[in-house]
Amino acid sequence: MKISQNDVEHVARLARLSLEPDELQTMTRQMDVMLGYVEKLNELDTTGIEPMAHAVPMSNAFRKDESQPVIGIERALQNAPASGENCFKVPKVIE
Amino acid sequence: MNSRYEVVIGLEVHVQLTTKTKIFCGCSTEFGQTPNSQTCPVCLGLPGALPVLNQQVVDDAIKAGLATNCQIAPHSIFARKNYFYPDLPKGYQISQFELPICEHGWMDIETEELGKKRIGITRIHMEEDAGKLLHNEGSSSFVDLNRACTPLLEVVSEPDMRSSDEAIAYLKQLHQIVVYLGICDGNLEEGSFRCDANVSIRPWGQKELGTRSELKNLNSFRFIKQAIEYEVERQIDVIDAGEEVVQETRLFDPDAGVSRSMRGKEEAHDYRYFPDPDLLPLQVSDEWVEKVRSCLPELPGVKLQRYQDEMGLPAYDAGVISSERPLAEYFEALVGRYDKPKICSNWVMGEVLGALKEHNLTIDQCPVTPELLAGILQRIDDATISGKIAKTVFEEVWNSGKTADEVIAEKGLKQVTDTGAIESIVNEVIAANPSQVAEYLGGKEKMLGFFVGQVMKASKGKANPGMVNQLLKKKLV
Repeated sequence: MKISQNDVEHVARLARLSLEPDELQTMTRQMDVMLGYVEKLNELDTTGIEPMAHAVPMSNAFRKDESQPVIGIERALQNAPASGENCFKVPKVIE
Repeated sequence: MNSRYEVVIGLEVHVQLTTKTKIFCGCSTEFGQTPNSQTCPVCLGLPGALPVLNQQVVDDAIKAGLATNCQIAPHSIFARKNYFYPDLPKGYQISQFELPICEHGWMDIETEELGKKRIGITRIHMEEDAGKLLHNEGSSSFVDLNRACTPLLEVVSEPDMRSSDEAIAYLKQLHQIVVYLGICDGNLEEGSFRCDANVSIRPWGQKELGTRSELKNLNSFRFIKQAIEYEVERQIDVIDAGEEVVQETRLFDPDAGVSRSMRGKEEAHDYRYFPDPDLLPLQVSDEWVEKVRSCLPELPGVKLQRYQDEMGLPAYDAGVISSERPLAEYFEALVGRYDKPKICSNWVMGEVLGALKEHNLTIDQCPVTPELLAGILQRIDDATISGKIAKTVFEEVWNSGKTADEVIAEKGLKQVTDTGAIESIVNEVIAANPSQVAEYLGGKEKMLGFFVGQVMKASKGKANPGMVNQLLKKKLV
């Protein structure tokens, strides 16, 4: 096994997913297959090859430090499940 | 200093950059605007929106790196730092993890206790800020995303500091540098310069670091010092009680003067960083670095040394003048027009700073420009006015904006250098004070000051003091 049920539970918790016990088992099995598939890449000898961070051979896409139009408060809040006082309204956050 | 434990401090500082727009979109970064009025699909984290890097942020990061002796990485990348919090709309923060833009720097700090000491800078990386959470009495919190995507540099130090004083010296110096560079407004209260402190203790002589706690929410130099000192005492108590320090994040409460654990956040520290596919790698050429280097201002530490070595200023004067860039620029403009640095520093630290404080102005708003002040100082040199009258002239120039020459002419402040005129006043003063004359002639030489004062008073301060002295000495025999 490439991945344990505990690992899957941990990742699920980080992703705010709650899985039923049978889902957890299915996920563990499926993720194990996926990791096994990707593991194939390790068969290649990559000694001396720079790791790449991006799929396209490009770099340095910039914008100038110049203002662009904003979309406005109304449109910004349009999709919010709840809003008020020009803000997104969320359940009370206690630190 | 504690006799049993050594204190170890590392600092993480978030420097908010003064770019006009955000790091990955063109929304304004202006502080204090109506909530969510400065947002767009990118900083709202709407699906499909594409972040594009603000080039100015890279320039500013290179500036900060060069000013703190870092190596500028020719190749760096952005990463996603994944966590959930209501002020983070995308569910990840775009930051740098592997391959940050600056690494391996240092700064020399100075404390009274230990003198000079070199503090290592592990890295400086670019990242976006989160939004702001607003709370009220009700059962909801409110999210303002104006601040989301505001550019930050995170400056991470080595755990090289051994006391709260060293930590403060480091922070003040870093603060001075980023403000000097013009990349940060340095406003601690508005959160433009935020500090987290990693604090641990270990028995003297032990090599391994103790377990650290991370102190957050430190928004003034005073609170930082308080929080570190509180934390050191707390850890000593924990260890003395036979318990172990737990690695945790603690929030400092300046009102109560204590810090509190933010429990249950441990798991959230699993950030699962990975390269952000939305952003292309960043390549910084040597030419780019050199171009930025050539535009760097002279830094405060260099000025401090130069003012002493080349201009002959005392260390104290050099320190005051170089502390803020606009003040140093004022001083240098003044010296450029009146080449006597010590006299210039006396006037800048005395009259200029005094008047600015009294009128609650900054040096940029000083009505007596370096040109105008040089004009006053030149009139002292050519004996048109005395040093004392010059202070009156300074006030008049301050209030009217006129030149020294105009003020001197209008107010009739020209120094009397006519020997005859001074001589007659001297004669009058001698005649009017026979008992003091007797004392002086009886050997009480200090009385000379009394006569000088009387003559100056009678001339309304306009008599040339040097000539008054000479004449008095000549007459009083």
